[in-house]
Amino acid sequence: MATVVSAPRGGLNVNAIRQDFPILRQQVHGKPLVYLDNAATTQKPQAVIDSLVHYYAQENSNVHRGVHELSGRATDAYDAARETVRRFLNAADSREIVFVRGTTEAINLVAQTYGRAHVGRGDEIVLTEMEHHSNIVPWQILSQEKGAQLRVVPIADAGELRLDEFERLLTDRTRLVCVTHVSNVLGTVNPVADLVRLARSRGIPVLIDGAQAVAHMPVDVEALGCDFYAFSGHKIFGPTGIGVLYGRKALLDAMPVYQGGGGMIGRVTFDRTTYAELPYKFEAGTPHIAGAIGLAAALDYLTAIGLERVAAYEHDLLEYGAQALSQVPGLQLTGTARSKASVLSFALHDVHPHDVGTILDREGVAIRAGHHCCQPLMARLGVPATARASLAMYNTREEIDALVRALQTVREVFA
Amino acid sequence: MSAELQDLYQEMILDHNRRPRNFRAIADARHAEGYNPLCGDRITVYLTVGDGGTITDVSFQGSGCAISKASASLMTESIKGKTVEEAQALFERFQRMITASGETPIDDLGKLTVLAGVRQFPVRVKCASLAWHTLRAAVDARNEVVSTE
Ligand SMILES: Cc1ncc(COP(=O)(O)O)c(C=O)c1O
Repeated sequence: MATVVSAPRGGLNVNAIRQDFPILRQQVHGKPLVYLDNAATTQKPQAVIDSLVHYYAQENSNVHRGVHELSGRATDAYDAARETVRRFLNAADSREIVFVRGTTEAINLVAQTYGRAHVGRGDEIVLTEMEHHSNIVPWQILSQEKGAQLRVVPIADAGELRLDEFERLLTDRTRLVCVTHVSNVLGTVNPVADLVRLARSRGIPVLIDGAQAVAHMPVDVEALGCDFYAFSGHKIFGPTGIGVLYGRKALLDAMPVYQGGGGMIGRVTFDRTTYAELPYKFEAGTPHIAGAIGLAAALDYLTAIGLERVAAYEHDLLEYGAQALSQVPGLQLTGTARSKASVLSFALHDVHPHDVGTILDREGVAIRAGHHCCQPLMARLGVPATARASLAMYNTREEIDALVRALQTVREVFA
Repeated sequence: MSAELQDLYQEMILDHNRRPRNFRAIADARHAEGYNPLCGDRITVYLTVGDGGTITDVSFQGSGCAISKASASLMTESIKGKTVEEAQALFERFQRMITASGETPIDDLGKLTVLAGVRQFPVRVKCASLAWHTLRAAVDARNEVVSTE
């Protein structure tokens, strides 16, 4: 990537990175755009946009079906994308990488296949209080169908998981642990490697929701030792509509199929069907080929910058942000875990988050206000909603300063 | 601060947000709950209807953003003493006022006119109309939660 020039001290050259994101160059309501809604979705670098244009302009074809040249190229690019994902997650085998629509579909896939096969009446699934609805509802649907129970690990006030409770909830009825790597509301980075160790020492498999982790820190599924890891392309500078389910090969092999259709079969007769090998077994129908290619372009782009560097830069920016926000009179941060990434959720005394969001928007500052698809967590925090600024590698201290200035405007309006 | 923001957060709106009027429950009254998934907010509207369909008392409770709270508060003030049909007609005019394009002349709806600035903020229309949708459900004494979605 031509633009990845390292800044002094091996840091991140954020100005060069910003140049790669055309959308960041615009004004909103007459103010320079300050995009702080990265936990909802991230912006796309030119390299990703170009990869989509190139694919549709030069390679578009269906995969695995054609004898013709274009189909060969599309298939090669699609397979290469899977290998890129494998390398990115340090998975042992590219057959452990299943392309899905996003984190939500990845989790539903596991619930409807592994879950249906292994969870029965009286069994338990362990979740945490900070899960996104997409890591709650699929398990609820499964539990209702099977007569199983959800067990919820509580959080302490700073937004950290209660590890004592976690251990207590692991019983001989626990069939699966489902936990987010990074909370999209609190920013808490959960000690997933420890959680995996605790669960697996009891023979319990672990699914990690990596939606909010992968764009902010290196992830190595082999080192984590998890059984499933899910993430969405659009939260890591890639396209919407594409995501990844990593699954340990032995588990994927033993799992029943998900959706039926073309591409996932070995041989079909009206009496019976045999299924394709991994990972195709889980990829019925024409996949989001362009999406997979765009995702690979995003991962290549990010890898060239280096996730260690991104993590260090963002850590610094997050500290700066937390410090700057805590100076705003009446502002209270929600989520003050020792280990945090990307997210600054806050409440401004007496001002509803939605009003905060509207006023910041008119100052060019994009944040999110709402329950962030975490209603059980909102209930735990005792608030209907929070305002949330969420950072990515292209954000700067100047943008944090713009946020703080815009918050002064909020205070003036509501003075 | 932009002129549009000043239009939206007028003093009367901020005042009704700080000190909402008729902010109480009415025992044994018809009521309904409204929910705005965008804000995550819920309000309950209570209503008593006398002879001839006159709204003899109306109140609300709940939490919400400044726009939804002020709108609920102003609604209770402007419909008390009106008939249910008149309130319904007012809702329709109010809805037109807050969803009209910027150039459309602003209908004079008394105090409710201060909410005309919402038209510059399409995503906030649901906040301003939540109380009214909930009122309608309360009139019908529907016991379900109405949602703005
Ligand atoms: C922690 C977490 N999990 C899951 C999801 C769902 O991701 P998607 O909507 O891309 O499937 C999100 C997105 O907001 C998230 O933040």
